[in-house]
Amino acid sequence: MELNALTILEAHQWLKEKKISAMELVQACLRQIDKEDKKINSFITVLEEEAIEQARKIDSKIKRGEIKNYLTGIPLAIKDNILIKDVRCTAGSKILENYQANYDATVIKRLREVGAIFLGKTNLDEFAMGSSGETSYFGPTKNPYDLERVPGGSSSGSAAAVAAKMCLGALGSDTGGSIRQPASFCGLAGLKPTYGRVSRYGLIAMASSLDQIGPLAKNVDDLAIILSAIEGKDSFDSTTVELDFKVDLPKIIDLKNIKIGISKEFFGKGLDKNIKEIIEFQIRKIEKEGAEVIEVNLPHIEYALSCYYIIMPAEVSANLARYDGLRYGFSYQGKNLLDSYLETRSQGFGNEVKRRIMLGTYTLSAGYYEAYYLKAQKVRTLIKQDFERVFKEVDCLITPATPTIAFKLGEKIDNPLKMYLSDIYTVSVNLAGLPAISMPVGSANNLPVGLQIVGNYFEENKLLSVAKTIEEILTD
Amino acid sequence: MLSKKEVQHIAQLARLKLNQAEIEKYQKQLSEILDFVEQLEKIETTKVEPCRGGTNLVNVVREDISQGINLEEREKLLNQAPLKEGNLIKTKGVFES
Repeated sequence: MELNALTILEAHQWLKEKKISAMELVQACLRQIDKEDKKINSFITVLEEEAIEQARKIDSKIKRGEIKNYLTGIPLAIKDNILIKDVRCTAGSKILENYQANYDATVIKRLREVGAIFLGKTNLDEFAMGSSGETSYFGPTKNPYDLERVPGGSSSGSAAAVAAKMCLGALGSDTGGSIRQPASFCGLAGLKPTYGRVSRYGLIAMASSLDQIGPLAKNVDDLAIILSAIEGKDSFDSTTVELDFKVDLPKIIDLKNIKIGISKEFFGKGLDKNIKEIIEFQIRKIEKEGAEVIEVNLPHIEYALSCYYIIMPAEVSANLARYDGLRYGFSYQGKNLLDSYLETRSQGFGNEVKRRIMLGTYTLSAGYYEAYYLKAQKVRTLIKQDFERVFKEVDCLITPATPTIAFKLGEKIDNPLKMYLSDIYTVSVNLAGLPAISMPVGSANNLPVGLQIVGNYFEENKLLSVAKTIEEILTD
Repeated sequence: MLSKKEVQHIAQLARLKLNQAEIEKYQKQLSEILDFVEQLEKIETTKVEPCRGGTNLVNVVREDISQGINLEEREKLLNQAPLKEGNLIKTKGVFES
């Protein structure tokens, strides 16, 4: 068996039983990267020497009996908008092409503490803006299932790396679906935590009220393993929440105790009929296992995409104002200060980034703020209230993860609005701040189909258990 | 539909430089997106409180004491700036023309 094909849990078992070493795991992954990544383009930076050195250190600890965590000795890939100290961090952009991080993100610090190994930094849509991986300055990532198709975005490299078995798991970030959509396109499990569950310190900010870091992996157990290592209150991120319960390995549960909500707004026009059939089939299976399936209403959900495409660009325009070439990053010395700003930013940013910055600048400007930004924040409240009401009646919602299977490279890149519609089922979850999982439930035209499960605030344990139970049912 | 002048103005505010072709391109794309999001106008929100971020937490504070940084870290940070003079980061003047 190829060691890079193991799940995290399996690899952990074998490491404990001393059947394999961390070095062997890392070497297997590095060989796979060497073999496949020219075609796929998952990695912007491969940390070959560092990973080997980390593996050497971890193996000595393991020899002394120190396996303190499921992740000890496990090679992971990290999205290139998460800072690893002294390693290049590009955010997929020319403007940070040669930027070196000065500190570890909190999630990286925590992963180091449990002995995880970093294989490299993965490709992403520029500044996490995109749903296909095509806006990266470093070229698009390809879907390992079909190299002419996109892996999804913006965590394109992380998804492709896990799917192509170049690592055992990865970190991504999700602002409007950027973990769940690529997970769906690449046949993986992906989780966006509740807003405030995982620290954003060291995550290059895109939209601060929506961003969350989360795991992508081969199955639900592995998601829980990664999440439990990175979660928790952080004094460096004032939006993180103190909780008295940690994330645990999920248990298989009796679905007779579970109420699943189905909202017809997620099954309407625009949903590929093959995907609809597969998702509905799975829902019937879950019902047969005893779950109560209830129809619920989320009347404002149809406005979620509009709401998102006002709020997110507004926050983007503020967060990307720091890229001025004065203190770090790409810098053009113009004839005066204004010229320097104009040239640095125009040369350093790609089209999608410019588009969103301008959208945000417009909707926040005097005379438009109330009509757009304030209005969108009110609609956001209504969307949140819809979910809160529904979660009084059900434990989870089930929806398709994406309206289509992985589309072809170049198919949507020239039509921004068409591209934005890829996120139609995922954005509302970020607006509300709820946790959600995307998991593979079949295929259409030989391409993976993903199902999304949305949970209530901070109920990741219940969410993971429901997902794991569904995973079990699927393999029957 | 946004006018070309409006697009120029937005670009200037965002410190972005656009050529004629780009102004036309973004004019079309931004207008399309704004047309789409305008559907929010239909929703009744007079009595609705706006969301204020991603969390309900308020007043998460820390002591107002500065924390030092070691010399090595400071060097690293300063070395990232393209123009320096001693320990100062150098920029063009705000009021120079």
